[in-house]
Amino acid sequence: MELLLQSFFNLDILKQAWPFLLSGFWMTVKLTLVVVPLGLAGGLAVALLSTARSRAVRWTLIVYVDFFRAFPPLVLLMFIAFGVPFLGIDLGAFAAVALSFLLNTSSYYGEIFRAGIESIPRGQYEAARSTGLSAVQTLGYVVVPQAVRNVVPDLVSNTLEVIKLTSLASVVALPELLFAAREAQSVTYNATPIIAAGMIYLVCLWPLVRLLSRFEHRQIALH
Amino acid sequence: MTSLERLADTFFNVPVMVQYLPKIVEGFFVTIELALAVVAAGITAGLVLAVVRAFRLRPVNFFIVLVVDVLRALPPLVIIIVFYFALPTIGIRMSAWVATWLALALVLAAFAEEIFWAGILAVPKGQWEAARSTGLTFLQTLTDVVLPQAVRLTIPPLTNRTIAITKGTALGAVVAVGEILYQAQSAYSFSYNPSPLLLGAIAYLILFVPVVYFGRWIETRFAWKR
Repeated sequence: MELLLQSFFNLDILKQAWPFLLSGFWMTVKLTLVVVPLGLAGGLAVALLSTARSRAVRWTLIVYVDFFRAFPPLVLLMFIAFGVPFLGIDLGAFAAVALSFLLNTSSYYGEIFRAGIESIPRGQYEAARSTGLSAVQTLGYVVVPQAVRNVVPDLVSNTLEVIKLTSLASVVALPELLFAAREAQSVTYNATPIIAAGMIYLVCLWPLVRLLSRFEHRQIALH
Repeated sequence: MTSLERLADTFFNVPVMVQYLPKIVEGFFVTIELALAVVAAGITAGLVLAVVRAFRLRPVNFFIVLVVDVLRALPPLVIIIVFYFALPTIGIRMSAWVATWLALALVLAAFAEEIFWAGILAVPKGQWEAARSTGLTFLQTLTDVVLPQAVRLTIPPLTNRTIAITKGTALGAVVAVGEILYQAQSAYSFSYNPSPLLLGAIAYLILFVPVVYFGRWIETRFAWKR
């Protein structure tokens, strides 16, 4: 018990590590605020383009989505972070992380939005078009708002996964929460910072997990 | 050298690729082994937890919900790092392989438990009552009547979640499990050439493109009627 308190919940160590953890936390928040909106926008673009009439466009997007869904995100991240500099382009850790997460998450969000758009009955398009709305207006005012409402649980679920994903950035030395915690551990020779980082993730993400669990029960119960 | 040649030399360096191919193949099998072990342990544990939860013992269920929530809220990489770097400081030691396997299996078990439990709840109460009134015991009702129906409902979400978590085997690279990414990454740092990373990426595509298609097929096969 003594050992457990000493190694995992050491207040002196926590006091020392706190500034690091805090700056790591803000980096995680910043990363989330960049990656989630970009992923949502990218995903929506993918889904809307998938409704295009051109077969070439549709097939390209299917390949894009399946390609990036098959790649473990960490593999993609390492490939971009270590491979791209050989092309003479210096991205920097933040941009490498943002780019690889954009490719990954836009595929997932894209699949979700696509399922939402497909759930809207054909009659909605026809009715909207016959009232004189253009194709773009139909999508923007009629189809997308309903589609999004149908897939809110999946969107929340994926967003939770994306936030958890930001911890991978520690591998390419972006100083986010997990990286800060590991740095603090190696400086203090004590595991308290890692446990504290885990607690921070837990406190921030628990409400999302609860919300999701409620959504999931409702979703399966409907069938 | 033209720039195209330089590009080929950087990313498709044949001698480097030939040299490190055996390592990547070795990693390929480690990834498969790890993935299968995660799926087997995670889904079994998830099903067992959901069945235990069906007995509706308050303190037990409270504990299950708590653990499941924690495992769903924490990033898997954080869990792996806690197992591998933090637990040894209180005297619990495990190999990198075990740390990765255990972390991913626990995360999968948590998600699987939630999905199975939602499936069990989705089976109408009348099914329970009818089965019990024909003389089946509680456990017989659960295994012979409720679970077969519940599991069918849970196949699409469970498949997708399983695929996503299986890809997490790449996280093992962070604690030096010799799977594909780790092999590719160490080959990259030895040769200072990104060709092995490309090779690793191809290995993942060979492994996971069929899996993604399988998931898609499952989804249409068991499509929920909205």
